[in-house]
Amino acid sequence: MKLKKGIPLIDQHDKNGFYGGKFGGNYVAETLKKPIDDLTKLFENCRKDKNFIRERDNLYKNYVGTPTRFIKLQNLTDYLGGAQIYAKMVSDANGGAHKIYNAITHAMLCKKAKKKYMCTDTGAGYNGKMFSMVAKKFGLGCKVFMGTRDIERQKPNCDAIKNNGAEIIPVNSGSKTLVDAVSECIRYWVSNCDKAHMGIGSLVGPNIFVKICGFSTAQISRELIVQLEEEFGEVPNKLKLINCVGGGSSAYGFWSEFFDYNKKHVELIGVEAGGPKKSKLHAAPLSKNSRIAILHGAAAYCVQDSDGQINETDSCSSGLDYPSTSPIHCYLKDIGRARYSYATDEDAFSAYKLVTKLEEISPSLEPAHSFAEAIKIAPKLDDTNIIIVNSCGDSLKDKDIIKKRLGSYSR
Amino acid sequence: MKSQISLAFQKCKKENRPALVTYTVAGDNTKKKSLEILKSISKHADIVELGFAHNAPTADGPQIQNSSHRALKNGIKLKDVFQIVKDYKKSKNAKPCILMGYYQMVHRYGERKFVIKCKQVGVNGIIIVDLPFPDNREFSKLCKKNSITFVQLLSPTTSKERMKKIVASSHDMIYYISMLSTTGGKLKVSPKKILNNYFKIKKMSRSKYAVIGFGITKNNIASFKESDGLVIGSALCKGISDSLKKRQNPVINLNKMVKELKSKII
Repeated sequence: MKLKKGIPLIDQHDKNGFYGGKFGGNYVAETLKKPIDDLTKLFENCRKDKNFIRERDNLYKNYVGTPTRFIKLQNLTDYLGGAQIYAKMVSDANGGAHKIYNAITHAMLCKKAKKKYMCTDTGAGYNGKMFSMVAKKFGLGCKVFMGTRDIERQKPNCDAIKNNGAEIIPVNSGSKTLVDAVSECIRYWVSNCDKAHMGIGSLVGPNIFVKICGFSTAQISRELIVQLEEEFGEVPNKLKLINCVGGGSSAYGFWSEFFDYNKKHVELIGVEAGGPKKSKLHAAPLSKNSRIAILHGAAAYCVQDSDGQINETDSCSSGLDYPSTSPIHCYLKDIGRARYSYATDEDAFSAYKLVTKLEEISPSLEPAHSFAEAIKIAPKLDDTNIIIVNSCGDSLKDKDIIKKRLGSYSR
Repeated sequence: MKSQISLAFQKCKKENRPALVTYTVAGDNTKKKSLEILKSISKHADIVELGFAHNAPTADGPQIQNSSHRALKNGIKLKDVFQIVKDYKKSKNAKPCILMGYYQMVHRYGERKFVIKCKQVGVNGIIIVDLPFPDNREFSKLCKKNSITFVQLLSPTTSKERMKKIVASSHDMIYYISMLSTTGGKLKVSPKKILNNYFKIKKMSRSKYAVIGFGITKNNIASFKESDGLVIGSALCKGISDSLKKRQNPVINLNKMVKELKSKII
């Protein structure tokens, strides 16, 4: 199994929606077959439509604000004394995270489908917030499904969702986190697929949702490749792109222009949530070698028990607190194009502390996992190595968790 | 040779009534109780569906979710589900038994191993909620080879063309989902409209038996007398929840419920 050059990775699936013959697919109830077919046709037409792309680019430019900054973290680099460390400040995007790109595409598709409202899931609350912002802008209704545990720990984003006029639907089943929110959102769509447009918040779900999400977040690496040319005159050698991976939407977006480079030239490193150090619960199906499960319509590595029940996960970071991951990351792992590791809660908090002490940036706990990996590997490398961390979310949403854990929070 | 499922439908046809198909979750609320419930309701039911619980269901309504949750909390495993079927099939009033659940559980167990185990314990049919046509072709063949009816689902969103293909590839029983809903939703479409769609399917599949499910209760079941069969699931799961809440014996209550349902379609 090999990557095809020059073709977006989201399109490298077989006719049944599988990547590498075994990841992904469309495991859905019969009722959703037609809505998914309709959405697939609509999306394929829209992405070929110049006007659609023009409208989208316009929104990215004037509403999201492109490009997001590409900056050198000189103090962190000096402190660690190894590889040069940069950050792609995707948290500059309107709303504070990469989820805005996917939300815009979904709102545009919802309009085209002549549907009046969208439903979506959220973990960290960023996806819900972005859908609520975009829904308001487009004059659409919006229902956001969110686990009650996440509602408690991500209050700032919940407030934003409500202020934008969207409805939060609390999900109280299972672990009361993202996994349950996605299940409930899909169940809602089963019952209301004639009226509602569903947007899944990450690179997961039935094939079409993986594709729409990857198509949207790819904006990140389209910007980055231009910024690299400006900074270095080329895509530098020994480049390492580090991104946290839960569902895997920001990582795909960060990497999508770089899959065709060989891995010595551009190394792709995904960092999953290892959970609390002493806990057995984690959200790291890729780096801890979980088996394949079918969850939320797709086959992917997933933490599960010997009978096939999905395991509960635990992580300080709501956005990474998901038992499975994207079929695309499973494929990238299998063919060896990306490597995946994990950071524990403790690693993430230490990284957050160090980065905010030395630099004028404030990453959320999701990218704090990526910084933990950068901090780990940078001292072992010399300064001909370039590390770029995707700082894909802003810490403001985590202020309560950070205050509790580290004693204070300041911006 | 006719399948046990076909024979059950045939018997009902002779009696000029639809088959009563029940759905309960294996292990709800305990392994022992769920087996007792099965045995008890089989005096009135014609076919029993038995759910094997999964903790990330994407098409179940709240009632069935509650049942699955109870079963899982009490430690139900697939091996227990098979044991329940095995014990049930030895009982006096045993009816054809259909296992119903999500593909993840089958996938983890191993497709072939799952079907062979089903055959060994006496399972007559299998429904996999999230393995739609055409992805289910191989699994369907595997069932057929082992004399198990693979029951496919049709929904109001299924196009006519797709319907034809599904009907052509289906075994002796088809399941029509009455409306756009998870299980147990309130019937939001008139029985007349549901039957209208239902008879379109029947026209394509004269030789096959088609049942209607989702949203069927004792209040509306009589409206569907002309169908081949009716599935009652969420109402029964709710019956178990209510019994437990009132500290009553679910076995007795469910028996009463199924008896009453049956009386409405005779």
